[in-house]
Amino acid sequence: MVVNGKDAAVVQLIEVHKTYRTGEMEVHAVRGVSLEIHRGEFVALMGASGSGKSTLMNILGCLDRPTSGQYLLDRSDVSHLTRDQLADIRNSKIGFVFQNFNLLPRTSARENVELPLLYGKHQLSNQQLRERADRVLASVGLQGREDHHPSQLSGGQQQRVAIARALINDPEVLLADEPTGNLDSRTSVEIMGIFQELNKRGITIIMVTHESDIAAFARRDVAMRDGLVRSDRPVSQRLIASDEIGKRADVDELPQPEN
Amino acid sequence: MRLGSTFKIAFRALRRNKLRSALTALGIIIGVGAVIAMVGIGSGAKAQVEAQIASLGQNVILVFSGSTTSSGIRTGWGGAGTLKIEDAEAIRREVPGVSAVSEEVPSSVQVAAGNQNWFTRVLGESADYFDIRQWPLASGSPFTPQDVRSANKVCVIGKTTASQIFGNGDPIGQTLRIKNVPFTVTGVLTPKGLSAQGLDQDDVVIMPYTSAMKRVAGGTTLRNVNVQVANASDLEPAQQQIISLLRQRHNIRPGRDDDFTVRNQQEIAQAATATTEVMTGLLGAIAGVSLVVGGIGIMNIMLVSVTERTREIGTRMAVGAHGRDILTQFLIEAVSLSAVGGLLGIILGIAASKLLSVWKNWPSLISPSSIVVAFLVSAAVGIFFGFYPARTASRLDPIDALRYE
Repeated sequence: MVVNGKDAAVVQLIEVHKTYRTGEMEVHAVRGVSLEIHRGEFVALMGASGSGKSTLMNILGCLDRPTSGQYLLDRSDVSHLTRDQLADIRNSKIGFVFQNFNLLPRTSARENVELPLLYGKHQLSNQQLRERADRVLASVGLQGREDHHPSQLSGGQQQRVAIARALINDPEVLLADEPTGNLDSRTSVEIMGIFQELNKRGITIIMVTHESDIAAFARRDVAMRDGLVRSDRPVSQRLIASDEIGKRADVDELPQPEN
Repeated sequence: MRLGSTFKIAFRALRRNKLRSALTALGIIIGVGAVIAMVGIGSGAKAQVEAQIASLGQNVILVFSGSTTSSGIRTGWGGAGTLKIEDAEAIRREVPGVSAVSEEVPSSVQVAAGNQNWFTRVLGESADYFDIRQWPLASGSPFTPQDVRSANKVCVIGKTTASQIFGNGDPIGQTLRIKNVPFTVTGVLTPKGLSAQGLDQDDVVIMPYTSAMKRVAGGTTLRNVNVQVANASDLEPAQQQIISLLRQRHNIRPGRDDDFTVRNQQEIAQAATATTEVMTGLLGAIAGVSLVVGGIGIMNIMLVSVTERTREIGTRMAVGAHGRDILTQFLIEAVSLSAVGGLLGIILGIAASKLLSVWKNWPSLISPSSIVVAFLVSAAVGIFFGFYPARTASRLDPIDALRYE
């Protein structure tokens, strides 16, 4: 099951179930999902609301533990870790990008990006924090905006800060939960451009979305329904953000890609 | 290892909400400031009363003559003249532990020198009086036991009397006419200021009690006898000894009331300081209430802050914060607010009490211990009132916190 080398699965779910109990009702949100995601993949996790994709995302992000089944992240089992152990995994191996950015208000972009480092294993000097944050901010095209507060940044720029924050600890997986949900379509394409760029550099990305035109920027499309994976296939007509950006400048809506 | 980072995180969070942080700290600033100022003023008043009591002398027992009733008019203590010179002699001779005795014969008369005159208190005392009252002379010399035995016409005067009669001139060796008897001034006392009752203690002429009996007051009785014992532990037994000695000398049968009163200085001091202690306690309690209100203010703001920052807490947890990190962060925020508020409050309290002592002439006494206690209490207020909100924050579920609207 454990494969060494370049092709090793970064994420491996084996018969994962998740059951919630809300009062009398038992909600079986995830009903046995097995999934393998390899290093360097760009996966879009699709599904309508109630399909279990958010629950699965929480499990993938180590925010939640599966009721049964196994989750191997970077070849180690994280299904039964404690709250604090999960927090350490999130800090070192997972980068989160949220729909509503979740930046700290009235805090500079730099300090927002430094945040995961403050909870990391190594205590860094202010100088080291600053250098690392500025380097990652530059890599998402925010050079010169390090001291801006979120309120002084556009939505797209805020999402870039969030991406920089997700990348600061060199995570195994970048998890994006509806990263373009709060952005206009042009900015969405820009963010997809950043994702494709990061992916080209070898970063594994898992992106939850319910928009198929956003999913089309990924390489692999996993669709969920009723707590199960219904389809899992490569994206056939993959969009390239650098090509799309010109078109979207004029046309706000992109025709649905056929697949 | 992570604590340093947590401090950094907490201070960043406080800095983000400067106005709110300042307003929260204000509650503690006022609370601690009030406690420091009130307790300072209270203990200043107490110290003043204690100093006045101490100016009566150490380990002193006062024996007063009894009162008398004449035509239905009662004279008050000392009026009956039941104490005789022989009683004082007997106390000096027979009561163990007694180190000094001064027979007191007071009167209030007009005194004059040259073309000046002044109405003042004339005290007849023994030569021991200056030791008992711990009242040294500023210049000249006191009268001697020989002066007392011979009832010499000598006296020692207080600062006020000296300046009223002799102005800036040197009174030593001058003649003071008291009831037209010329007395030679041998010394001037150091100023002692107001008594606990507000009497100017320096407005006085002190002479041998024998001279006072013979030439000023007339009569042969003593209003009171000042007795000093060597050790504080001798006070109680000496007091009892004096009572039984005087009852025996005055032939008072068992069951009959004393014709004299014995009080020791501790009793007088206790009565006087009890009032100021109650005052200090009350002021401190009222100020303490405002400190508690300040603490509740911190809890209030921290709770609001936790709710308002739920998404922030979720974000922190998502990027790897342990529950403990969140708990510590919020505790540090609360304690920083209360500790900084405490420090500023101490400065405010000291300033307020200094201002009051300058403006209103209220004495204030700020002890280092009250500063340390105030600071520790304010920090404890931060921990106590910060803990519940901090724990609430640390127990949030990251998934719920991230979705919180």
